[in-house]
Amino acid sequence: MTVSLHLAVALDGAGFHPAAWREPSARPKELFTARYWTELAQRAERGLLDFITIEDAFSLQSSRSTPDDRTDQVRGRLDAVLIASVIAPSTKHLGLIPTVIPTHTEPFHVASAVSTLDWVSKGRAGWRPQISWKSHEATHVGLREVPPIDRRANDEVTRGYINDLFDEAADAVEVVRRLWDSWEDDAIIRDVTTGRFVDRDKLHYIDFRGRFFNVKGPSIVPRPPQGQPIVAALAHSEVPFRFAAKSADVVFVTPAEGDDVSGKVGDIRAAEKTVERARERLMVFADLVVFLDESIDRAEARRARLDELDGHAYRSDAAFFVGTPNGLADQLVDWQRHGLDGFRLRPAVVTHDLDAIVDGVVPALQKRGAFRTEYPPGSLRARLGLPRPENRHAGAVAGSETS
Amino acid sequence: MSKQVILAAHFPGVNNTTVWSDPAAGSQIEFESFVHMANTAERGKFDFMFFAEGLRLREQRGVIHDLDVVGRPDTVTVLAALAAVTTHLGLTGTLNATFREPYELARQLATLDHLSGGRSGWNVVTSPDAFTGENFRRGGFLDYSLRYERAEEMIRAARTLWDSWADDAIVADAENGRFVATPDVGHFDHHGKQINISGQFNVPHSPQGHPVILQAGDSDAGRELAAATADAIFSRHSRLDDARAFFADTKGRLARFGRTPEQLKILPAVTFVLGHSEAEARERAHEIRLQQVSPQTATLLLEQVWNRDLSAYDVDGPLPEIDPDVSTTSIIQGRARMWPDPMKTASQWRRLAETKGLSIRETVIEATGRQSFIGTPEQVADEMIEYVETDACDGFILVPHITPGGIDDFVDRVVPLLQERGAFRSEYRTNTLRGHLGLPSNARDAAAAAVRESA
Repeated sequence: MTVSLHLAVALDGAGFHPAAWREPSARPKELFTARYWTELAQRAERGLLDFITIEDAFSLQSSRSTPDDRTDQVRGRLDAVLIASVIAPSTKHLGLIPTVIPTHTEPFHVASAVSTLDWVSKGRAGWRPQISWKSHEATHVGLREVPPIDRRANDEVTRGYINDLFDEAADAVEVVRRLWDSWEDDAIIRDVTTGRFVDRDKLHYIDFRGRFFNVKGPSIVPRPPQGQPIVAALAHSEVPFRFAAKSADVVFVTPAEGDDVSGKVGDIRAAEKTVERARERLMVFADLVVFLDESIDRAEARRARLDELDGHAYRSDAAFFVGTPNGLADQLVDWQRHGLDGFRLRPAVVTHDLDAIVDGVVPALQKRGAFRTEYPPGSLRARLGLPRPENRHAGAVAGSETS
Repeated sequence: MSKQVILAAHFPGVNNTTVWSDPAAGSQIEFESFVHMANTAERGKFDFMFFAEGLRLREQRGVIHDLDVVGRPDTVTVLAALAAVTTHLGLTGTLNATFREPYELARQLATLDHLSGGRSGWNVVTSPDAFTGENFRRGGFLDYSLRYERAEEMIRAARTLWDSWADDAIVADAENGRFVATPDVGHFDHHGKQINISGQFNVPHSPQGHPVILQAGDSDAGRELAAATADAIFSRHSRLDDARAFFADTKGRLARFGRTPEQLKILPAVTFVLGHSEAEARERAHEIRLQQVSPQTATLLLEQVWNRDLSAYDVDGPLPEIDPDVSTTSIIQGRARMWPDPMKTASQWRRLAETKGLSIRETVIEATGRQSFIGTPEQVADEMIEYVETDACDGFILVPHITPGGIDDFVDRVVPLLQERGAFRSEYRTNTLRGHLGLPSNARDAAAAAVRESA
């Protein structure tokens, strides 16, 4: 019997191929409107997908790691948390996981924003912490000196700086998680007799002190509906594997091919042991860039056409699937057997490939008994099989601070 | 046509104006509450909705203040969600300029402007206190004397970023493969006393170009900043004589900055109580004051003037004979001190209590937060029009006392009268907040609007 898999879609502008915006189906003039994003999300929800992710950055897109001079690709993006928030009232079930960059965004603001997203979506929020190592992004913010680093050479300075950024991100996630728990669920009492709105013994300072920052707390937002919204991380190597194992609920990995899946899952399990992970097993999703058409030839031809338009063969950290929805369904079922919980598909052209996922891949998976046929009730956590966590302070002696 | 009244709805805040103990009071955090008030404000053709912000829970006597509503959503995140359920209403809120940096702040406001089709607004506040700073990386880094410098520079930097994309920078010409007109879109440089940033901004020119900027400072420096940079002032002066003096003073400053009176709207925060008769309204007003000033709250408010622990005093008894503690240590943290001269306030309160024979609680009820407009819908409508026509203000930010239905009555009973009297719109005539407020949009904004219309 086939086990049901989880399926997510990554959204970024017109799609992951840099020439996606030039396809006839693309709506390049609408990339900065609420309608565009809401319609994509509603389409994903018609496909019963678990969640969408939304990319973000503190800089313009570029074809390299420093700013480029290209004018033939999409430039400009909106704040991902706010895109997720505007989508929330027009969707009911879809999980919403925006990228947030804790290198530059205050952990206190992250906690408030994602908590609020959880409130407005009634328990469908998460975030994907992503580090920012680029010096031109730091220059946009103006508070941080970036040492001269070279990711290709991966010298000692580079490794040290990147490690620090991941350690800092782990501290940020810890702060955010503590802030989410800084209100017990029953803190609001509205007790007219004593005149008290809250029971202050159920509000907790987090008193976080770390290498990079200190945060006092409590949160300004009551504990969100999920208790702990989802934390997701994209990871390619050992340091981010450990970050994910320590901090995340879901990790996106990038196996190059089927044979590589077990290895990646093994790396994650090893990282969990290394960091002595305390919470539930980390869920592992594989990322795939997808070009979907009625035949393999058509999909290949479309990919070639897009590459030609862009002037470069599009490369990605994730493997490509170029073919039919049925073929992709077969591959997903096959790959899942190597220990994956699900997949995050990156549509090459969102206005084309998202439709193919919803109208082609999902029915094909359903036929194989590998995907849900309706949304079960409940939060994003519940859909992912994660319980609503007990507040770390619940049951503590009134008035004592446990942090 | 007579001068038009501007109307805004303030979502009830975390202070004792908000009555949570009333049976009609709903959740301050469930999204339905925000949708209810936004939909009501839009049904009433209001100019905008407003959210306050506090970045640390208030404390008094060293513990978290538990008598008022506590906890609210992140301002800009809830505003973005409300963009999805409204079409015309302006979406504004406070975003602290001390514990944010311009790139991210300008992105959020420009994003909200895109997602709402030109309805975003920012109330600029700074908080130089180390207390709030304990929640942030930089701690209480900002010296009190530099708070207006910070505010001014943040506004300037944000506008630099908003101006960094030409309004026709996005070509999106698929055939010829030109998405942006030039490679240097978003290029900016800002070098000031507090902020040094450069590079490329990553949000294209938004529908309003510049989101609306509100400012609440009341000191001389605050008024100067508003006159120099703001589109609207969130004012505390709601009594007719005070309001007129404030209006004359602030509008009088504009010429020095090359601006006209229409470019800065004066909007006092006001409260209201309606009744079928004036007597009924007054009675209701008193009942609301009793709800707002519970015995426990009476002690707390008294302590804010006296700056001492007065928990041993009976609130139904006389005012304390001991004088206020005028040392610099404040017993309240997380909000501004309300009383600049506690000795003077204490002697005023004592005189009031003696003259009328009032207890502590009665004195607090009498001396703080009396409602601005009390009467029949006709009286309130006429009084509001008088304020606007006699240059006491350009409109009002209504602060209801009930979440979420606090403006329902106003929209149903007062708005139609304002409309009948020709003082308030019956339909929205524009799609942007700048448009509703009658604020000039520069030529670039107009050109951008034309492009979008044709797109």
